[in-house]
Amino acid sequence: MTNTIACVEKADVILVTGSNTTENHPVISAGIKRAVTRKGARLIVVDPRRVKIATFADHWLRPNLGTDVAWINGMMQVIIAEGLYDRQFVEARTEGFEALKQVVAKYTPEYVEGITGIPAADLAAAARIYAGAKVGNIVYCMGITQHITGTDNVKSLANLAMLCGHLGVEGGGLNPLRGQNNVQGACDMGGLPNVFSGYQAVTSEEARRKMEAEWGVTELADKPGMTVTQMLPAAHDGRLKALYIIGENPLMSDADIQHAEKSLQHLDFLVVQDLFLTETARKADVVLPSKCFAEKDGTFSNTERRVQRVRKAVEAPGEAWDDWQIVARVAGRMGYAMPYRNAEEIMDEIRRVTPSYAGITYARIEEEGLHWPCPNPEHPGTPVLHKEQFTRGRGLFHAIDWLPPAERVDDDYPLYLTTGRVLYQYHTGTMTMKSEGLMDRAPESFLEISLRDARVHGIADGDRVAVTSRRGTIHLVARVSSQAVDGTVFIPFHYAKAAANQLTNAALDPIAGIPEFKVCAVRIAPAA
Amino acid sequence: MGDHDMLVMNGNEFTIEPGETILDLARRQGIEIPTLCHLKGATPTGACRICVVEVEGARTLLPSCTTPAAKNMVVRTESPKVVEARRTILKLMLASGNHNCAARGSDEGDWTSFQLEVEKGDRSEELCPVWGDCRLQDLAYRYQVTGEGLPRTAIPYPLEDVNPFIVRDFSRCILCGRCVQACNEIQVNKAISFGFRGAGTKVVAAGDNPLRDSDCVFCGECVQVCPVAALVEKDVRYRVRPWETTTTRTTCTYCGVGCQLRLHVKDGRVVKVSGVEGVAPNYGSLCVKGRFGFDFIHSPERLTTPLIKEDGAFREASWEEALDLVARRLESIKAAHGSDAIGLLTSARITNEENYVAQKFARAVLKTNNVDHCARL
Repeated sequence: MTNTIACVEKADVILVTGSNTTENHPVISAGIKRAVTRKGARLIVVDPRRVKIATFADHWLRPNLGTDVAWINGMMQVIIAEGLYDRQFVEARTEGFEALKQVVAKYTPEYVEGITGIPAADLAAAARIYAGAKVGNIVYCMGITQHITGTDNVKSLANLAMLCGHLGVEGGGLNPLRGQNNVQGACDMGGLPNVFSGYQAVTSEEARRKMEAEWGVTELADKPGMTVTQMLPAAHDGRLKALYIIGENPLMSDADIQHAEKSLQHLDFLVVQDLFLTETARKADVVLPSKCFAEKDGTFSNTERRVQRVRKAVEAPGEAWDDWQIVARVAGRMGYAMPYRNAEEIMDEIRRVTPSYAGITYARIEEEGLHWPCPNPEHPGTPVLHKEQFTRGRGLFHAIDWLPPAERVDDDYPLYLTTGRVLYQYHTGTMTMKSEGLMDRAPESFLEISLRDARVHGIADGDRVAVTSRRGTIHLVARVSSQAVDGTVFIPFHYAKAAANQLTNAALDPIAGIPEFKVCAVRIAPAA
Repeated sequence: MGDHDMLVMNGNEFTIEPGETILDLARRQGIEIPTLCHLKGATPTGACRICVVEVEGARTLLPSCTTPAAKNMVVRTESPKVVEARRTILKLMLASGNHNCAARGSDEGDWTSFQLEVEKGDRSEELCPVWGDCRLQDLAYRYQVTGEGLPRTAIPYPLEDVNPFIVRDFSRCILCGRCVQACNEIQVNKAISFGFRGAGTKVVAAGDNPLRDSDCVFCGECVQVCPVAALVEKDVRYRVRPWETTTTRTTCTYCGVGCQLRLHVKDGRVVKVSGVEGVAPNYGSLCVKGRFGFDFIHSPERLTTPLIKEDGAFREASWEEALDLVARRLESIKAAHGSDAIGLLTSARITNEENYVAQKFARAVLKTNNVDHCARL
């Protein structure tokens, strides 16, 4: 997030898109709902499902799946044509405006309606509200990123925010909600193929020299490695021989699970380190038991870049160890000593090599976390990014044309399927499915379908149905719901017994390598 | 100082901050005024009237939570009149429900029959489930009040426990309305409200249905703000007493909001979770997963020992053996196929320190940049 979680309550217009906020980030949704009900903020929700947060909105815009660039360009077309953009911000802080203007010119509300299905007048009205905001806040989530055009979608939202001058201001910004407790921290710490901690590029000679000096090694690899979505195909065709997986369950979370499973079978050696014997761990040659959050010390970095303490409350079961201890001992056996005595010593090393974390000590975050960048021990942290300038200096508009999703409906697969999550479950369910209470509330997977689609396909609420895509078939119960819109069905991906990712398309965003979980074509039939 | 409005409280002069109530000013100055219904972040209602104070020139005692601090006011927060009023309010509350903490006292010395009756509704022979963790009990002791001498009012509504998380005990509800405000103004789930009228007033969900058949999403905000035993976590009620637990503050392990929470630990097990009030990012709020989804910590399915697969089946192994095997196999694959034949998936679930060590291991030891995690999935 460029801004803080608290900022949603300081905005007078909030645009939520691709986020089922009340179910996936309930505590942030409360802030949005308070802003609307108690502080008079106006809310625009753009989402293919009539999700609960949409019931709080002034405008709910319903785009066809995979048409985000089109509606965002459409809003910008209205804002530029009507002169509603922030000229001062565009002139002083950005570049590339003319190219943007040219590309979005054809995205009139009427043209966009043809692509997205959003009524032209509604789109124009929403554009005027966002542009007219004193402080406009954009909140988005995986409904924006899990597309083959995910990077384009995010850049388009950045265009919109810059165009209206809603970046670098308290209350505004561009705010992705991160789905997992420490996905921000995993990225910050260099859990990515192209960067060391603090996003220092592995291709940078200077960064490599610094790490080599700190780590006491030579010849660090200077080319970016493979992403997870490249590793599995590489395993499939024999280029990747060994995989060491810590706390991940790609056999449930990857698109096109059957392919992922074959890929893992082709490995010579698979190590999995986890709390439970997950679907992925069952395929491993060696499984190593690790501690959960309640059993260890350390830090997580939340979605607003706030680094917060994790503290040990209970002993781990049996012989489970800290993940860092396990890795350090493997390293030791491979001839490289990692003699850390505790998590704080690791943080001290992180601070030495990571400029954005340099000022963050355990003592400083004892009571309340700090937002990175925090370059020195006196620095107060940075709740709001890009206040004076962008990372690259001027903010660059990316002129982007809309591209259709990788898979479209046809006679054989006439319905769109989109996937997501439910309030009572979490990711692949390895933790939430251990709770009787949560299972009582959300015991099994379901197909969310509109009343009309259900009738067309001869299905009643509660019927068992077979859902088939080009990649597989799953069986589950139908739930007729007013959240669903005609032509599009929804399945949560948590459940192994009816795994939505048997159906999803593994087509990737070419830059981010994110699969298109949010769009594929399916057919449905009553289960035999 | 001359520019600021001042008032006098308990004989001392204080500066008034713009927009603050008498209660705000008192709290800012460390002067304790008791409250029951007041909920930070919500609209003050003045419902319970425990926070009344005496203001010179006013005809009645004024609720400090709704009365703006005004220039030249002379306020007394613990005058005899104030104390008397609080004692009366507390007496009425204690008489109006199953407050079997012994602070209630008993009519004609017949505590036993009262307790026996409460036990029937409670399905427990113990004293009140929040004994020692109750604002009403605290105040009853502070002002030395019992419910004696007043007739017990009937308990018109039975206990509700037909959901996995929350027990609603209307026999101990003092109708302060904090839960209603927490639900409507803080979490904005709009699941509960005041229903019926007069002596029959009840906090209802969706036209007086059980919570499970309402818009309730079991965030538990209402439980956290309940000052008495009307709302208690199902797994805590009569199983966990506050003096049996220690708490550790930490960060939630579910989504990326990073809610600050307290793990309540009894006999080495996490038995309850509560939100940390007054600090970002959640200011005490949690969701159903963060508050109630902690069973996995002590699940019997947790891995407790390294496992090695032999002939398609796992067998238990020592750390020595497992680590030796992992290191040997990685070494040999690296030697035979090169560093880039190995990949490492680190995790969005583990700590920063662990992620740092994992990527350092891949880069410095395995000598590959094949490092990623499931941010993309």
